[in-house]
Amino acid sequence: MKRVYVKEEACMGCGLCRVYCLAEHSRTRDIIKAFKRESPRSLPRIRVERNGEVSFSLQCRHCDEPWCVYSCFTGAMYIDEVTGAVAVDAEKCIGCWTCIVACPYGALTRDRDRKVVAKCDLCPGNDVPACVANCPNEALVFAEDGKAGQLVRN
Amino acid sequence: MGKKKAIRTEYLLIGNSAGGIGAAEAIREVDKRNSIKIVSDEPYQAYSRPLISKYLAGERNVDEMLFRPADFYSRNGIDHLLDRKVEHLSLDRRIAQLASGEQIIWKKLLLATGGVPIVPKMKGGDKEGVFTFLALKDAIAINAFIEDDSQAVVIGGGLIGISVTEALMKRKAGVTVVEMKDRVLNTILDETASSIAEEALRQAGVRVVTNQTVAEVTGGDRVDGVVLDNGERIRCDLVVIAIGVLPRIELVSGTDIKVNRGIVVDRCMSTNYPDVYACGDAAEAYDFIYGANRLTPIWPNAYIGGRVAGYNMAGVRAEYRGGTAMNSLNYFGLDIATAGMVVPPDDRHWEVVSQRNNGAYQKIVLNDDLVMGMVFVKDIEKSGMIFSLMKDRVKVTNFRQALLADDFGLAYLPRELWQECLGTVPAGSTSAFGMPAKAEEPISSE
Ligand SMILES: Cc1cc2nc3c(=O)[nH]c(=O)nc-3n(C[C@H](O)[C@H](O)[C@H](O)COP(=O)(O)OP(=O)(O)OC[C@H]3O[C@@H](n4cnc5c(N)ncnc54)[C@H](O)[C@@H]3O)c2cc1C
Repeated sequence: MKRVYVKEEACMGCGLCRVYCLAEHSRTRDIIKAFKRESPRSLPRIRVERNGEVSFSLQCRHCDEPWCVYSCFTGAMYIDEVTGAVAVDAEKCIGCWTCIVACPYGALTRDRDRKVVAKCDLCPGNDVPACVANCPNEALVFAEDGKAGQLVRN
Repeated sequence: MGKKKAIRTEYLLIGNSAGGIGAAEAIREVDKRNSIKIVSDEPYQAYSRPLISKYLAGERNVDEMLFRPADFYSRNGIDHLLDRKVEHLSLDRRIAQLASGEQIIWKKLLLATGGVPIVPKMKGGDKEGVFTFLALKDAIAINAFIEDDSQAVVIGGGLIGISVTEALMKRKAGVTVVEMKDRVLNTILDETASSIAEEALRQAGVRVVTNQTVAEVTGGDRVDGVVLDNGERIRCDLVVIAIGVLPRIELVSGTDIKVNRGIVVDRCMSTNYPDVYACGDAAEAYDFIYGANRLTPIWPNAYIGGRVAGYNMAGVRAEYRGGTAMNSLNYFGLDIATAGMVVPPDDRHWEVVSQRNNGAYQKIVLNDDLVMGMVFVKDIEKSGMIFSLMKDRVKVTNFRQALLADDFGLAYLPRELWQECLGTVPAGSTSAFGMPAKAEEPISSE
């Protein structure tokens, strides 16, 4: 399936991906209104990690063997049959946050206002997710690939 | 009941819950053809057991508790035999005898039979108004019984006790929790976190009594109160027993299948008996923190164990990496994530790092630079990364200082590890603008 990959050597840790992610998931989809007018403010679904010279952004890896899905007891987390992406059904989610403990990447966020988990949805409707489209140094790529995350060891 | 003809199946799964469904889904990934039969003595499609408290609270109906879509069984070609109890197994003949008189002959068998509530012997325990809280039928029964101002005594301050307490409070009942040990949630939290949880309960109006147990339930046919060990009488209309769960092993006790506290399974979730597997609350599987088989009765372990069993039953070798007690709680507005040994068992070789501020509390228990336990209260977002270090047995030697830092993240891990997390950028892939993305040449200051 298609995922977002980061080229750590190109990532500057500027955080614009996070800004555009928030805007994309806002009601108005307007970057200024999203930050200054909307309340509650929408949530970014991407983290920016920085440690000294190292920086990279990170969002849901859409694992082939997703611990979050396996750990979800409401059935809210699921693998989309068509795209293979890890998705959440907000109607079913009760905000128990078991998925957050299960995710090795810290890629899931609590939406405390709606009491549901918020995660990367790869920006449905866009050719390319907002984080990728707005990275000033082309550190993010949206590409087809093999796997991420392993449960079964042969 | 008249004897019916035996039906044959490739896969017989007993238990239609986390474990059974996990197995069925894995089997269907690799075997689309052979027959799967899943049997449950409960009359419902697979529902979420932890959500029985939401049912009691009036927040979810039965349909909203189903963790798979209504057409799950038909779409996957799974026969589900509901409201049918397996009464007896003839292991050598591979026959399951159902209470309905039906017989099922299996090639591969999974025991995902879950648990039974522990019910202490106490005087008056058989009165009307005494409940357990493990199945939807229990929540339905309590729902039919309580009224707006009912007074309840919940025996047991563990996860299930707190869960039913919250539901009862939402139904405007008054609740007293009676806990035998000196603090609530004592098996999964340390003292500090327990006291934070207890404070949240008190704030919500729950009375918490510790170091006590219920000696007697009083009343006529119906409950009218309880008497504690110390002689205190508490008036109440109902009593909910929530002191724990034991593996449901009635089908295998006395057979050749090895049972310790639960049904003993290897890393393939196989019992010692050929073609018989077990998982979930009924099983005793590998716990990576204790390095031994243990009961870890939580949903994720049941589902993942079921999955591993399913692959192996279908002839695809898979290995259970192990589970441990891991819980995410959010009762009474408090988010808590906990896993593993939250209190060091002794003073040797153990190290604890913790911090507390603004109502948040974090604690990590280390042994020989391995994370052995964690408790996160309020700020739980980073708990998954710590739990993963625990699960993958990663030595934290070079970054232990950073574990509880505000900006802790994957970037603090050794490069190989975070690189693996990020995955490799597929070769030849292009950036958003169709250009092969490349790194800048370093500009040196000289
Ligand atoms: C109130 C409550 C809250 C919980 N909260 C959490 C939580 O927050 N997080 C978490 O991880 N876990 C939680 N749990 C635990 C979780 O629900 C269990 O770990 C999980 O359901 C175990 O799944 P299982 O498939 O092993 O067994 P079960 O879910 O117990 O299912 C076993 C099924 O098999 C059936 N069965 C057994 N024997 C037979 C037979 N002979 N014939 C036919 N059918 C049979 C049973 O009736 C049952 O339907 C909670 C449990 C309760 C009760």
